[in-house]
Amino acid sequence: MPARGRATTIDQLRADVARLERHAPLPSAATVLPFGVAALDAVLPGGGLPRGALHETVGAGSDVGHGTAAALLVAGILARAGGPVLWVSVRFDLFAPALAGVGLAAGRVTHVEAGRDVLAAMEEGLRHPGLAGVVGEITGRLALTPSRRLQLAAASTGALAFAIRRPARPDDPALAEPNAAATRWRVAPLPSAPPLPHAPEVPGLGRGRWRLDLLRVRGGVPSSWIVEAPDAQGHLALAADLADGSAGAAPAWRAAG
Amino acid sequence: MTRARDGRRLVVAAANRAALALGLRPGLPLAGAQAMVPGLEVAEADPEGDADALADLAAWCLRYSPLTAADPPDGLWIDATGCAHLHGGEAALLDDLLCRLGRAGVAARAAVADTPGAAWAVARHASAPATVVAPGGAADALALLPVAALRLPPGTVAGLRRMGLDLVGQLVAMARAPLARRFGAEVVRRLDEALGHAPGPITPVVPPEAPQHLLAFPEPLLTAEALGHAIGHLAAGLCAGLERAGLGVRRVELIFVRVDDTVAVVRLGLARPTRDPRHLARLLAARLGEVDPGLGVSAARLVAVLAEPLPPGQATAFGEAEEADLAPLVDRLATRFGATRVFRVAPVASAVPERSLRRIPPLEEAAAGWPEGLPRPVRLLTPPQPVEALSALPDHPPVAFTWRGRRHRVRRADGPERVLGEWWRREGERRAVRDYWAVEDEEGRRFWLFRRGDGEEAASGDLAWFLHGLF
Repeated sequence: MPARGRATTIDQLRADVARLERHAPLPSAATVLPFGVAALDAVLPGGGLPRGALHETVGAGSDVGHGTAAALLVAGILARAGGPVLWVSVRFDLFAPALAGVGLAAGRVTHVEAGRDVLAAMEEGLRHPGLAGVVGEITGRLALTPSRRLQLAAASTGALAFAIRRPARPDDPALAEPNAAATRWRVAPLPSAPPLPHAPEVPGLGRGRWRLDLLRVRGGVPSSWIVEAPDAQGHLALAADLADGSAGAAPAWRAAG
Repeated sequence: MTRARDGRRLVVAAANRAALALGLRPGLPLAGAQAMVPGLEVAEADPEGDADALADLAAWCLRYSPLTAADPPDGLWIDATGCAHLHGGEAALLDDLLCRLGRAGVAARAAVADTPGAAWAVARHASAPATVVAPGGAADALALLPVAALRLPPGTVAGLRRMGLDLVGQLVAMARAPLARRFGAEVVRRLDEALGHAPGPITPVVPPEAPQHLLAFPEPLLTAEALGHAIGHLAAGLCAGLERAGLGVRRVELIFVRVDDTVAVVRLGLARPTRDPRHLARLLAARLGEVDPGLGVSAARLVAVLAEPLPPGQATAFGEAEEADLAPLVDRLATRFGATRVFRVAPVASAVPERSLRRIPPLEEAAAGWPEGLPRPVRLLTPPQPVEALSALPDHPPVAFTWRGRRHRVRRADGPERVLGEWWRREGERRAVRDYWAVEDEEGRRFWLFRRGDGEEAASGDLAWFLHGLF
């Protein structure tokens, strides 16, 4: 069988599986938000992060409870999504200048302190047409049924929904529960490179460096990359001195996990 | 003292307290009054101006109750049903009212009673300037008042007095049929109104300028579904009226009248003027849980307490045409979580990080942003947490620090960024200095530390280190 024919068959089978699973059709280019980083977009079906879907982000190690890198990743993505954003937290502890620093201007973000009702506030926002994205900082569980509700609400308006998981401990069993999120990301800080690559002895801090793991993606292959934290416009970049994206080199051949 | 023309004579129309003390009474011929008090100050009566002032006063009284009205020539109605507790009880409400009026130079008397008629009578004829008639005590309170307290025409009062009927109590004791035959049905009607036997006159106790919609139900409503349905009708009716007037509501009150004539009030504020009936109905329905229908709700009224101009053909005020309208969402979230928990963040021109932002209402436009290019953490710790840090030299970042029992070796650092105290806010900050460092530990985690003091002058700080934020 020629290679082209095989690709078509696989696409057809994927569409069939999606239909059987009664999901919406796999995202197409019109409904995704590309990262603008070829290595990332290549792994995601449709070439970017699907709008109208729930995405889950979680930190790593002792940072998990603060969700700082996860919040910055989400802010960077939403900065490029355009339009107003609803940010739901249990108790407001964001420092807005940091969001503005990755391109998400304070005037675009409406904050809600929802206490124990973060998920309900998220759904309220996701059902309202006109929002580019809704972010919820979830300290507790995100079970299958609530996550499905959020996924359906997001699909009804086409908003990007993000669940930033902030459990008290990195080994919180709530993190292992399955849910209906379309993608699941893990962000872990890594030691950064010198601010001036040609003069490593000069002190200072350059862009932060993260290990970005795509742990789960519907219709795609889990992968990892080493990236530099979002710039002032919210763009990630592959780490400059590892421009081949070594951690996630040739992700298509990695085992699905 | 003011004068007015009564037929061909000039008479005293009104007199202030000093003039009353000198024995002048309204109705006295002006010539007689001037003879009694030489040098009397006389002004022309201005009935229209008085009526306007009374209407203004009625509007001012909306601070006590949503239902008030002027009662010309010299009275005000306040329907305090269900409102008195907001002011510390009925007696406290009256005290507050008279005190505020007194400060404004208005001499007034006031009474609270079961019926408008009884309150009118007691306010004008009781000895004390402020009286609270206990529930069910109207008959006792009225018994010793003159018959003029019943809001009867002067001719009827004179007729009653000719017959030796001076007090209300005497009328109450009399057979009703002869009374009505001799003096007209009005005497009996006013008596019944004052004592609560007949429904009081539906006095226009709502400011006529407030757009509103009223529904009365043939059967009392009890269930939330039925009330929700009624809310839908009320919202549609109110919004139709607003559309004609070119207005949108910012604040509404939904008043349920129960079968026992008590009321339940739901008050609602909106982020932007609206006259979208579905939006309004949804917000009100969300608050139905607060309403106890009691034995059933017999009528409901939706009043636009605060309305603002809204151009025709537009259901909600938009900030900008192309911007999505978030007002309905903001209203729903504010209804559920409280208005202070839904907000935007706006920059404040302050170098002290915790003061560099403030919360603003969610639909307000924020000013320009913060200075760019400075490292700023994602989470700010409030208050900053003390850490134990080792630093070699005053101008150097710490080599390592310990936070929550964990030691972090600093691998890279950026700083110092010096923040000076704001002497104009607090005397203690006049010399204060903070030196901020953004540092990265061996794992790549980044922290925002500051040292209190510049290391040279003791007054600038004690050189203690704090963790203020996490990147």
